[in-house]
Amino acid sequence: MPDRLVVSSLGVRFGKTQVLRSLSFSVPDGATMAVIGPNGAGKTALFKALIGSLPSTGTVAWAEGTRFGYVPQRLDLERDLPLSGRDFLHAKAALVKASVSEVKRVTRLVNLGHEVARRPIGGLSGGQFQRLLLAFALLGHPNVLLFDEPTTGIDEPGEELLYATVERLQREEKLTVILISHELSLVYRMAGLVLCLGRRGVSCFGPPRQILTPETLERTYGAPMDHYLHDVHGP
Amino acid sequence: MDPSALLLSSGMAVAAGVVGCFAVMRRMTLAADAMSHVALPGIGLALVLHLNPVIGGVAMLLVGAVLIWGLEQRTGISTETVVGVVFSFALAVGSMLASGEELIDALLGKPGVVRPTELVFGLLAPLAVVVFLVWARNRLLIALVSPDLARTVNIHVERLNLGFLVAFALTVALGLRYLGVLLMGSLIIIPAATAKHLAGNIRAMFLLAVGVSVGSTLAGTALASILHRPTGPLIIAVAAGCFFVSLAWRRPA
Repeated sequence: MPDRLVVSSLGVRFGKTQVLRSLSFSVPDGATMAVIGPNGAGKTALFKALIGSLPSTGTVAWAEGTRFGYVPQRLDLERDLPLSGRDFLHAKAALVKASVSEVKRVTRLVNLGHEVARRPIGGLSGGQFQRLLLAFALLGHPNVLLFDEPTTGIDEPGEELLYATVERLQREEKLTVILISHELSLVYRMAGLVLCLGRRGVSCFGPPRQILTPETLERTYGAPMDHYLHDVHGP
Repeated sequence: MDPSALLLSSGMAVAAGVVGCFAVMRRMTLAADAMSHVALPGIGLALVLHLNPVIGGVAMLLVGAVLIWGLEQRTGISTETVVGVVFSFALAVGSMLASGEELIDALLGKPGVVRPTELVFGLLAPLAVVVFLVWARNRLLIALVSPDLARTVNIHVERLNLGFLVAFALTVALGLRYLGVLLMGSLIIIPAATAKHLAGNIRAMFLLAVGVSVGSTLAGTALASILHRPTGPLIIAVAAGCFFVSLAWRRPA
């Protein structure tokens, strides 16, 4: 399988703080890579560097013809923004030249009701807004999906639905998925590759069996991970 | 009121309504007001050099747009703070350069004889502003929700911001004659803020904002000739009236 993404000696700094240091990894086409690590280890910074919205050193090389779908962690929106979900989806549809039926297809895929899509986006619940963002990401047939903790603020059934949708899409459309998650059980289930980012530039990369071990996790999170391991080896 | 003045003030109002929608959604309310002040030193300088004050104002506003843009590029600086300081400074310098009657006219606007060059600018600039914003509306909407999302759709966010600020500066320049430096910011912000209360989607917001903006401009102009009062303050008073009335019909968030 050819690589979708090759990253070599990537570095990101905020002022005097070096957030990411000489990070190298590659993601094959169609694979799922999970990024784990404690808060402040630079997971979101890595995503921003990958989409080119943060200045970085080193190289980030995406395969030619890469189309992104990005689901950010949380957006700071005004509640009374007069922009409906439909407006938001149609704005992207116009740019990527997607048809009206394509907009309908993605809203169905993520189970976003017609009535919900007509409401202003600032007034949607956490789960509804997250599904709208997923629909937005899926418009225009992306071949790479980037998820930044996509289930923050979503209840458990909503979370299950979200991941079921992503897994189905991945089978149907050969998507490469890169996701940030704190839930190691989920990482174990979905990811073929794990990138761990610890504080002070510690990092590791490999398949889950190799990375999700007590020793590596302790090094990454800086604390024993009994609780998480329970998850990993659970049913 | 003569037809060319009517045409000019309507063009100004349409541009203000559309630009205002994006300015309000981008939370630029304070920056918008402050930015209109930057025209003042330009007007003052033009008066000293015996040039058309509008030319001085436009030139200074474009410099201001590039200046804000440059500040926005640098992270770690609170844009609102810097904008506030820089543009209060502009107001101070402008008041030193212009004086007396001229200063009052520059601050509050004064309808008068329209020169041909001004007529051409007054008709072409609103057209350019509206065409640009209609063309860029999808990009602007996505970028205001999230610049990161915009980048993943191949939107060049920095270039887009510069385009918007230039459109904004041109719109302020359009209001120099009728509303002046102090009040033009208000014609951009108040109709859009009114529309934001009432609209549930983007199309409704644009239509309402343009409606309130053009409506208050025409009503204010008519009232001015009946009451023999300056036009600019009356236009803004009518617009502000619409805003307060709109609070009663505010859409539940």
